[in-house]
Amino acid sequence: MWGTVRQRLGGYSAYYSLQRIGLGHLLNSSKCYSSEAAAAKKMTVREALNSALDEEMSADPKVFLMGEEVGEYQGAYKISKGLLEKYGPERVCDTPITEAGFTGIGVGAAYYGLKPVVEFMTFNFAMQAMDHIINSAAKTNYMSAGQISVPIVFRGPNGAAAGVGAQHSQCYAAWYGSCPGLKVLAPYSSEDTRGLLKAAIRDPDPVIFLENELLYGESFPVSAEAVDSSFCLPIGKAKIEIEGKDVTITAFSKMVGYALKAAEILAKEGISAEVINLRSIRPLDRATINASVRKTNRLVTVEEGFPQHGVGAEICTSVIEESFEYLDAPVERIAGADVPMPYAANLERMALPQVEDVVRAAKRTCYRSV
Amino acid sequence: MANWVIRSRTIAHHLNKKMGLLGILNLSSWSSTSNSFHSMPLGDNHGRPHAIFGDSATHFSVRRFESTEAEREFDTNYINQDGGDQALNFPGGKVEFTSDMNFISESADKRVPCYRVLDDDGELMVSKNFVQVSKEVAVKMYSDMVTLQMMDNIFYEAQRQGRISFYLTTLGEEAINIGSAAALSADDLVLPQYREPGALLWRGFTLQEFANQCLGNKEDIGKARQMPIHYASKKHNYFAVSSPIATQLPQAVGAAYSLKMEGKDACVATYIGDGGTSEGDFHAAMNFAAVLEAPVIFICRNNGWAISTPIEEQFRSDGIVVRGRAYGIRSIRVDGSDALAVLSAIRTAREMAISEQRPILVEALAYRVGHHSTSDDSTKYRSVNEIEYWKTARNPVNRFRKWIERNGWWSDKDETEHRSSVKKQLLQAIQIAEKTEKPSIEGLFSDVYDHLPSNLQEQEEQLRETIRRHPRDYPSDVPV
Repeated sequence: MWGTVRQRLGGYSAYYSLQRIGLGHLLNSSKCYSSEAAAAKKMTVREALNSALDEEMSADPKVFLMGEEVGEYQGAYKISKGLLEKYGPERVCDTPITEAGFTGIGVGAAYYGLKPVVEFMTFNFAMQAMDHIINSAAKTNYMSAGQISVPIVFRGPNGAAAGVGAQHSQCYAAWYGSCPGLKVLAPYSSEDTRGLLKAAIRDPDPVIFLENELLYGESFPVSAEAVDSSFCLPIGKAKIEIEGKDVTITAFSKMVGYALKAAEILAKEGISAEVINLRSIRPLDRATINASVRKTNRLVTVEEGFPQHGVGAEICTSVIEESFEYLDAPVERIAGADVPMPYAANLERMALPQVEDVVRAAKRTCYRSV
Repeated sequence: MANWVIRSRTIAHHLNKKMGLLGILNLSSWSSTSNSFHSMPLGDNHGRPHAIFGDSATHFSVRRFESTEAEREFDTNYINQDGGDQALNFPGGKVEFTSDMNFISESADKRVPCYRVLDDDGELMVSKNFVQVSKEVAVKMYSDMVTLQMMDNIFYEAQRQGRISFYLTTLGEEAINIGSAAALSADDLVLPQYREPGALLWRGFTLQEFANQCLGNKEDIGKARQMPIHYASKKHNYFAVSSPIATQLPQAVGAAYSLKMEGKDACVATYIGDGGTSEGDFHAAMNFAAVLEAPVIFICRNNGWAISTPIEEQFRSDGIVVRGRAYGIRSIRVDGSDALAVLSAIRTAREMAISEQRPILVEALAYRVGHHSTSDDSTKYRSVNEIEYWKTARNPVNRFRKWIERNGWWSDKDETEHRSSVKKQLLQAIQIAEKTEKPSIEGLFSDVYDHLPSNLQEQEEQLRETIRRHPRDYPSDVPV
């Protein structure tokens, strides 16, 4: 069906050329002539993860999945649905309950040439495996002078869900983002998720892939290119979700959605916000961020995690180092509250950034009263 | 009375079929409170209710016939039609019942014995299944043990003289090092802890390469990234020594899993000390290795000490060998000062690991003669006499020497020649390593990732620019 639609449109090649000359963002708006077909395909983040895993496992027999509940249970969040049936227990391994143990085993398998995808039920539990992630995976290529590479992917939900309390809600982007030897990715949409997970699995370095539980069920339009099994996004490149000229808003993961909503509200008040979806925490796309700030002269960074030593702090410093003269206002940093996540719904709401916070911060940078 | 009992039994049986297990359990709990059958021995009570005519109102409500499936399953599992001892078909396997309340003792009556082939005098004992070695192999084993011992002594002294920053020795454990290495094939992967450079020496790592690593110069294949004794050589299938204890154990299981998927005729050998078995990673690795049926040999060097912590403070089990059974892993204890015993046990373990695709645990007992490392002075926590005893009377190198000399494969002349040659090579290796340049700046930034990322490229350029502008602030003997 998709094939015939393509043929009928005839403008398929035009679609691609639009992408290539960097006007891809135009295709997202429903006004663009070929976008009806492009936007017709929708995919949830869950489906994006499942299809990416399936395709990479099919393409490379060395890729295998391990984690708690990934096999028989189809995944704690049903991400690995159908994979056990398709690939068998040798390639989809249900592990006993020891993050430290199975992370060490995954790293050992990677040392000797397999490509494990290790799933943590949440990155909160990965703290038990921190030694293996940092000392055994991140540093080994360097310590062994390139003799032992670790082509491993650690993935799982990161950050706050809803009403799960302090030990299930921390965002680890800043912690992993500060570690040399790791690559850290944080997708937002289904297209991000597909492209970045495939890139992560193919990458010879250890990659931390930070998903978000609340995004699993969310549906996004995906382009025809994204659905293809060879699709891959570059690691280290941010995406400009909407272009603007008055203020730059950077965000990653679920906060991108909030930033986009904030941009809509701001547009009504005459403020044109440029929203950057970071996609990659390490390496951070400083070039895109700085180019944007040089254009808008104002910056708001948004993240869910704790403020001290956060991703926003790093972005702010990068902008000060490279684009200080271009700033017309102090950088605004929106982050989660500096407390362990409370459980009560009202307290949780106050501990996390909301759309209004982003709007207010953007207005402050534009000298508007709030 | 007897008639009644028989009748009650059949009625119970009949009721059982109708009511299922739940019904029976309910009834038997009522029977204990009923006042009718005190004289019945309690031991006979399993599921055979005596009081059926108890609280009738309550138990007539138990007439549920719907879930017959679960009921039937319980029937076949729970009641043995022979009427003998019953067994419970539990997840994981059948378990017999017993009416003896027996706590398994915390320790067996006798400790697990220790396999040995050569006696203290290097005489071949009557031992079972030991592996014969040719003259060539035996001589290589002995000379490598001597080389290892001499390397340890000379490099230790070099550290004391300030020429190396750190070192640790394998004194007392030479037989474990070389015996185990000789038992493996070149294709087997070795994941060491840190007291096993002998395995690398056996496989062909040269004295110059050892010296280069310890001195951190540009000839080091590890690009001087790691502190001394943290060797790594992909060519020799010897994985990087890693400081955090026991991390190599689950990694070894992962690597063995990888080998298993390849179907290769090779296994993984990983080493751990007595202290390292207290780490959580030991548990996870042993457990996983058994579940995954991974071809890995866990070689535990029980040398009696973990820095200053003696065995009694480390664990209360009979060493490490008894833990094998707890995980469903075949295990053996060997005399770690007997190179032939070590070789035989590990060669056999290797065959089992590969042909049966299972993990094996080998505990080798050999006293740690040296200090834990150059940062330790063990006379502070153990007696000098104890150290001397193991250094002389129980020396593994001397013991093996007696055996090969008795076979006519080695002489005093060979000994002096070998020792003086090795000493010369070692001193030369250190001198050359000291004179060799340190690695260049490019080595600071490469290998963090597979490809040099742009931010590191920038940093390297900035650094070079800074050095160019301020040459006096940069040491002149370090290459740029």
